[in-house]
Amino acid sequence: MTAAASSYLDDRTSISAVVKEFGRKIFPDHWSFMLGEVALYSFVVILLTGSWLTFFFDPSMTEVDYEGSFVPLKGVEMSAAMASSLDISFDIRGGLLMRQMHHWAALLFIASIGLHMLRIYFTGAFRKPRELNWVIGFVLFILAMAEGFTGYSLPDDLLSGNGLRIIDGMVKGIPVIGTWISFLLFGGEFPGTVIIPRLYTLHILLLPAVIVALIALHLVFVVVHKHTQFAGPGKTNQNVVGVPILPTFAAKAGGFFFIVFGVIALMATFFTINPIWNYGPYDPSPVSAGTQPDWYIGFADGALRLIPPGLEFDFLERTYSFNILIPMAALGLFIVLAMIYPFIEYWITGDKREHHLLDRPRNAPVRTAIGAAGVTFYGVLWAAASSDLMATHFHVAVEHVIHTLQALVFLAPVIAFIVTKRICLALQKKDREIALHGFESGRIVKLPGGEFIEVHEQLDEYERWKLVSYTDYAPLMIRPNSRGKITVAQRARAGVSRWFFEDRIAPVASKDLEVSHDNTH
Amino acid sequence: MADDNGGRDVAAAPESRGAAHPVNAVARVDSGSTVSAGTAVVPRDALQNPGLPPHRPRVTDVDPKKERTAERWVYSLFYLSLAGSLFTIVAYFAFPIEENSPASTRANNLALGIGISLALMALGIAVVHWSKTLMSNHEMIDQRHVTSGSPETRARAVQIFDEANKESGLGRRAVLRNSLIGALVVFPLPAIVLFRDLYPGTAPEPVSQLSHTMWEEGMRLARDPSGTPIRAADVTLGSVFHVIPEGLEEAEHKLEEKAKAAVLLMRLRPSDLNELPERQGWSYDGIVAYSKICTHVGCPVALYEQVTHHLLCPCHQSEFDVTNHCEVIFGPAARPLPQLPISVDAEGYLIAQSDFTEPVGPSFWERASVDND
Repeated sequence: MTAAASSYLDDRTSISAVVKEFGRKIFPDHWSFMLGEVALYSFVVILLTGSWLTFFFDPSMTEVDYEGSFVPLKGVEMSAAMASSLDISFDIRGGLLMRQMHHWAALLFIASIGLHMLRIYFTGAFRKPRELNWVIGFVLFILAMAEGFTGYSLPDDLLSGNGLRIIDGMVKGIPVIGTWISFLLFGGEFPGTVIIPRLYTLHILLLPAVIVALIALHLVFVVVHKHTQFAGPGKTNQNVVGVPILPTFAAKAGGFFFIVFGVIALMATFFTINPIWNYGPYDPSPVSAGTQPDWYIGFADGALRLIPPGLEFDFLERTYSFNILIPMAALGLFIVLAMIYPFIEYWITGDKREHHLLDRPRNAPVRTAIGAAGVTFYGVLWAAASSDLMATHFHVAVEHVIHTLQALVFLAPVIAFIVTKRICLALQKKDREIALHGFESGRIVKLPGGEFIEVHEQLDEYERWKLVSYTDYAPLMIRPNSRGKITVAQRARAGVSRWFFEDRIAPVASKDLEVSHDNTH
Repeated sequence: MADDNGGRDVAAAPESRGAAHPVNAVARVDSGSTVSAGTAVVPRDALQNPGLPPHRPRVTDVDPKKERTAERWVYSLFYLSLAGSLFTIVAYFAFPIEENSPASTRANNLALGIGISLALMALGIAVVHWSKTLMSNHEMIDQRHVTSGSPETRARAVQIFDEANKESGLGRRAVLRNSLIGALVVFPLPAIVLFRDLYPGTAPEPVSQLSHTMWEEGMRLARDPSGTPIRAADVTLGSVFHVIPEGLEEAEHKLEEKAKAAVLLMRLRPSDLNELPERQGWSYDGIVAYSKICTHVGCPVALYEQVTHHLLCPCHQSEFDVTNHCEVIFGPAARPLPQLPISVDAEGYLIAQSDFTEPVGPSFWERASVDND
């Protein structure tokens, strides 16, 4: 029966070739490889719940009187978008669950992309041949935030309108074209009556189409490159050690999809998210204290808050709003630097080989320290988005919170860099020590002479291999090129290379091991 | 992408032990080509990769009892998932939403959510448990290949482009090529033009709209949101009123007007106000009115601190000093909140003397060129 069916299919599709090619493809196993899967699966949940929501949501800003089940808002004038969002929440069976699943899945989507990117960064998985896939992933991260923001705006509640108001204010601050961009976006003055339907088209059509296409491309590259693996016994740069797609990987991944789906459903069942009925419809006048954007917009909101007063100038009858331009430029620079980091490291090391073995973060101390500095910078901006809440919760003046964060946004990344680099080097030293001399066994022995020593036990060769197998780089030596010249670019590269690699702990070589063993015997 | 060995089981192929090379092994993927290792240190006496450690069987591999237990868990979970799905269907009808009953909505959400979660979680956990305890877990190995195509493939690709170039004449016929490029560059431009009417071409210039609000001479100040006018006598010392222009409810573009015209009204001791000479007479007996729209990015500046006479924007914490014409004393805003000149009419109601004398709300590029006088 199965044979007949598959024969029927193969006669018409040649699918057996696909099964032969991919059916036993090997996937390495590590818990951190699941982060990308979480992102993929939550996106599937977003698509499923989002499609359902479109059947009930009315993306219109036409004013209606709310007549649904939520008594406190009965008779209140609001947009059809807000009224239909309330209907989904209160009058359609399963509507609240779907809305909350959609929102929780979106939050999880962006969070898991962020963690996935950190995993890629800190293990060096972005190195050749995967640089382009890093960029694709980065674009997906930005698109995911755009999806989040457009979706957040759609219910047209007080907070979503306020978010749009801030976007409008930022857009107007752009030189030359800002005013026009704002008017084109809103179809006139803020808030207008067209922004919700326009964002809706972006949210359910344009952005998802681009995201689906880029995810497909992202995964094609994963197949082309084959997955990376951590260094370990038996694992080399030329092989992939793991489990085959059929059956084990498919079962694990398929089962994990349902677990992610289930966790999102569980969160939507028990935890309220975005209770728009408490906020009410959008009105330009009221706003409540302590309002927060969704978490992933926090860093941008925080950047706006940290600007000191007075950074706006009039010159030749034009207004330059540096209080808006500086945070926008800083965030832009931050994003671009992170996006092109693989190419920067490639230039510094000059290592044009393919890298399929992952680094342990400690074995690339400066890269790890740069990452820690970046995470800290992001973290300070993120904290700044809650400056008012910190002030009220800890009973301190909001001015002091802001001033502290203003200092930290410059200082904390530097401190994080230095501390992380030192920790990495210390861990490397510890690894080297253990690889050479073994670990303390806890067994105390009294020697005939009366001396007490603690016996060290040697690692077995498999354990030791994990500690000694990593790529080590030396600083670049400046040498004249073929025409006997030392170029400026080479000087710059040598300078950065020194900064990157001057402090290094070499991996244990067999000679070191012999010497150490001779000493202990 | 061709995996010639299709995932050979290495546990059964011990000859692969030690076949791999250590640190300098990286170069092997690229063997055959001259690929630079850059500043990487390639030691000659690096330790050797010991190869895969011996496979360790799981408890379900050696103990048939444990294997049966695992199997029981898996099918029980599958049945639990099935029960969860059926429960969800029943719950959809058993927990209807009744009109004006938030409790029924909550019960519906809870019942459906628990059913769906149970169905999904049990299914997922069962499959993962199956794969981890009962499916083979022998490590298998695929060989990698250089990502780039083989030299022959690359040469053929170059050749194909070459042939295509010759056959089309793209390189040779410069006029054709250049005119093609010209046409291709210009063809998307109409699409840009087509977006111009996102803001209708018949509508007034943006700058003129941003420069004025609905306030005009003699217009009464009214409470937000009720719209009832405010008597000067109602404004007690230390109080604050959220204000809209009277008649806003009937305005054609209500929200747009409100987003510009919203005002905060406060009464201070006249001696506390440090008024500029040119703004003498803009206040009435210590009552002052300022735009509520933040000059940073336009949030409503909704918080008034009575003791210090400071206004605080809840979005980005800009602070304005009401005693000094709402100058910025903290936060990212750069400009003071615009002041609305007020007075009282014959019946004692507060009225505007005119519109704001400058554009309200966030800055925009052309703002410095606006001259309201």
